[in-house]
Amino acid sequence: MFQGAAHVVGDDIDTDVILPGRYLTLTDPAQLAQHVFEGIDPDFVSRVKPGDILIAGSNFGSGSSREHAPLGLKALGLSCVIAASFARIFYRNAINLGLPILICPDAARAAKPGDQVRVDTDTGTVEVAGQPFHAQPFPPFVQELIAAGGLVPWVQAELAQR
Amino acid sequence: MGQTMAEKILARHAISGEVEPGRIIRARVDCVLLNDVTGPLSFKQFREMGATHVAEPERVVLVCDHFAPAPSLAAAHGLKAMRQFAEEQRIPHFFDVGQGGIEHTLLPERRLIAPGDLIIGGDSHTCTYGAFNAFGTGLGSTDIAAAMALGELWFLVPESVRFMFRGAKRPYVTGKDIILRVLREIGADGATYQAMEFAGEGIASLTIDERMAVCNMAVEGGAKTGIVVPDAITDAWARDNAAPRPYELVAPDPDAQYAATYTFDLADFGPMIARPHSPANVVPLDEVVGTHVDQVYIGNCANGTLTDLRQAVALLGGRHVAHGTRAIVVPATQRVYAQAMAEGLLAQLVEAGVAVSTPTCGACFGGHMGLLDDGEVAITTTNRNFRGRMGHAGAQVYLANAYVAAAAAVAGEIVDPAEVAGAASPAKGGTV
Ligand code: SF4
Repeated sequence: MFQGAAHVVGDDIDTDVILPGRYLTLTDPAQLAQHVFEGIDPDFVSRVKPGDILIAGSNFGSGSSREHAPLGLKALGLSCVIAASFARIFYRNAINLGLPILICPDAARAAKPGDQVRVDTDTGTVEVAGQPFHAQPFPPFVQELIAAGGLVPWVQAELAQR
Repeated sequence: MGQTMAEKILARHAISGEVEPGRIIRARVDCVLLNDVTGPLSFKQFREMGATHVAEPERVVLVCDHFAPAPSLAAAHGLKAMRQFAEEQRIPHFFDVGQGGIEHTLLPERRLIAPGDLIIGGDSHTCTYGAFNAFGTGLGSTDIAAAMALGELWFLVPESVRFMFRGAKRPYVTGKDIILRVLREIGADGATYQAMEFAGEGIASLTIDERMAVCNMAVEGGAKTGIVVPDAITDAWARDNAAPRPYELVAPDPDAQYAATYTFDLADFGPMIARPHSPANVVPLDEVVGTHVDQVYIGNCANGTLTDLRQAVALLGGRHVAHGTRAIVVPATQRVYAQAMAEGLLAQLVEAGVAVSTPTCGACFGGHMGLLDDGEVAITTTNRNFRGRMGHAGAQVYLANAYVAAAAAVAGEIVDPAEVAGAASPAKGGTV
């Protein structure tokens, strides 16, 4: 269950925009968080309060495979990302790292900056300013990964069995 | 029911699960690639997983190419982490500064990939290996760490989309223009989670280098991979460059199922350009002719090949970079560099006023070696022109082939290469 204010971005937000290449030598999530969306919105970082929710259009996280992008978003305190659709690698990365994501085109269309958003990840319900929407369910294996807390604990368990 | 190339390659590697689009399988991989940007995060995750040793060290390839040679202390730290991991895990395929070059041009040079392989890389352009009839796909650091620890990984079997090309290319049209033409058609997410299949006589007419340019940008349409239907060129390449490793060419079944099929006639288009700020924002060259350029950058994991350098010299040789414009050329690998030197290409570029760099990803991803300032305009042979990709978020980047980029260096603005080539070269005694 997450609740927070919406920060809204558009379609085709790529990982270079989320986290520019020149910061890729950083590996500390807290340091990465300081540069999220720096190029397009220098004040973004200072506006985000812990628990806030990022809402995006289609193809969010396209481009580079850098995990610096989801790591930075998570360390900034964003509780989850809701998008009309995600680019393939970002989708995997977010799930692997335990950054909650939801695919919900209707909620993405409805949300305006500052709207209060409530997310129930168990039922897949997204409430934007009091209006309920339903997110797409994840395939069973992906649900297993999410339930494990991401790919790191999942591999830990796999290795323990070998 | 027949299978596509992507389905066949996944089926050959599957450990469990049914190879059918939309299903999730577990599969073993032939090659796991890491670079100095995604590697250090991957090593961290590998340790977090409680893994102590890489399952199959000879299948792992570590390439220092992004921040290499190190432009900062932080970068030096990342490169050192690569060296340490290679040593600690006894990974034989480690390429340090001066020994390799940009990963996707490097691996095919070093007998590290073969047709029919399943290759994963901590780099989104791992799809480039489709040029060699392999299934390459990019992943994040945590997935790569998991594959190193387990020797296998989960994959969602993608649907395939077929791109058919007939006819012959027009002058100054290259593999780059073909993929830009495709992106113009399908958009930046037109093939999300799908496998692109490139087929037809138009593709068969391309050299291996140009096929790399095509497959390299499959990810720019959201695709998981892009694979060229094998032919005599693929086989000849594999005989010389994959052997003694056994390999098998993988062709699609005639009754394979596709989510969509697109057909293009190569005679229908000239050079294409992607305008800022998306690789899918593609227009024919004429629409941007006359745009002033501050910087020209010829380099990248699929467009810093010998073919690209020869194309650049075809326009820049005996001419000079225009006043008010600067040009940087980055041979993709040490071997490309040596060959370009032997052919006299580098000397001609230097004479023309070009800054020739050691192999590196450099400014392609805005790391170093030529970042752009606010308001500056560049034309490059790279694959991404996202806002801020090559430096300041206020810079404008156009993506084009090496002929077009080199012609812009000579003219100081975007121009039809035929015009530059048609004008007599001053150094050769012309009167321009
Ligand atoms: S050359 Fe550019 S696109 Fe290719 S691997 Fe390096 S940074 Fe990525």
